[in-house]
Amino acid sequence: MSDHEPTQMNRRAALGCIAGWAGAAVIWTVAGGVPRALGATSSGVAAASKNAFTFAQISDTHIGFHKEANPDVVGSFHRAAADINGMQHRPALVLHTGDLTHLSKPEEFGQLKELLTEIKVDRVHTIPGEHDALDDGLAGYLKSFDHDGKQRAWYSFDQNGVHFIGLSNVLNFKMGTMTSLGDEQLAWLKKDLAGVSKSTPIVVMAHIPMWTVYAPWGWGTADSDQAIAMLKPYGSVTVLNGHIHQVLQKVEGNVALHTAMSLAYPLPTPGQEGIGEPGPVKVPADRLGKLIGTREITLVRGKHDLALIDTPIDHA
Amino acid sequence: MKLLFATALLFSVAAHAEMTVTIEKFVFTPKEITVAPGTKVVWINKDETPHTISASDKGFVSKAMDTDDHYEVTFAKAGDFSYFCTLHPFMTGTVHVRAN
Repeated sequence: MSDHEPTQMNRRAALGCIAGWAGAAVIWTVAGGVPRALGATSSGVAAASKNAFTFAQISDTHIGFHKEANPDVVGSFHRAAADINGMQHRPALVLHTGDLTHLSKPEEFGQLKELLTEIKVDRVHTIPGEHDALDDGLAGYLKSFDHDGKQRAWYSFDQNGVHFIGLSNVLNFKMGTMTSLGDEQLAWLKKDLAGVSKSTPIVVMAHIPMWTVYAPWGWGTADSDQAIAMLKPYGSVTVLNGHIHQVLQKVEGNVALHTAMSLAYPLPTPGQEGIGEPGPVKVPADRLGKLIGTREITLVRGKHDLALIDTPIDHA
Repeated sequence: MKLLFATALLFSVAAHAEMTVTIEKFVFTPKEITVAPGTKVVWINKDETPHTISASDKGFVSKAMDTDDHYEVTFAKAGDFSYFCTLHPFMTGTVHVRAN
């Protein structure tokens, strides 16, 4: 963590700051469920302390996409991998929060699997996005990314005292409504959490936001309230989402929810005026690198604080 | 003679009727169409994002359509067929099939 004394900010002020710092890395601590912005940096200065546990989040790589909004998603991935490998404290693991591929093609899953080996970490954990579940559901995804061998996309694991939970909210799409986790998965989650002590920090991955960001575009999960209710009794819960290709936060008690940038292309802000649909936003080539990027997350032992640093691939 | 020709032409249109629905900016256009039985409806995706066509009763389900991909269904019987995109369920449309 930084040596600077953090300035306490309420959520509104903190969210205002992030808007002002677009294009720079922003450091966050989440203490008692309230995010506090520590400052802006162009190179991720707030170096983790020696006993901190650090991991990285990448999202929405959309391997196979080659349209105008980003004709070189593989090039963007190479740059992000180099960034992660160059971190002062190399992260212990990488989390990919879905939309690994653009069209669920076997060659796209294969290419991403190979690309992930570029990142010098011990473990990479993924969850599927809806782009990974086209045509044959999750069969293609699970051929390459079945993390616990149970042929389903939800699972949990523990590392460095943190309980990680991967969820899938990309299969239950019903006409005119938002996606859902479904009863089977919610029952599994309840059972999984029963074995976790209330003081254990929990990190949850789910592709589509676990709160209603913008219902007209389906940017939410219809039954996420049931999952959040199960997570609320825990002291430190961080929910990492993708899907909307931009950084947004929401805090509910001890549960802090964060969406991440994509590594492929930007999407409009929720309901953005003059756009009208959640399709790829075309920006000049020199702007793209400011709008896509990675996230580094640090847990400082004994503090239960998570510090989040979002870094666009274009940075000083 | 003139009358005969007109009848033949009408028959030909009915036998090979085709209607196109364009998918653009995450909207089916036209959102609702009314066609005669036997009409072939063709959907074309003009977006950079994949979409699907899925009947609400699963009577027909397309694979994911990338940019410029087509999907077609010939509607033999009268009825109202609502459908949506399984990736973006807020995208909805209806095919009304009506015998004259």
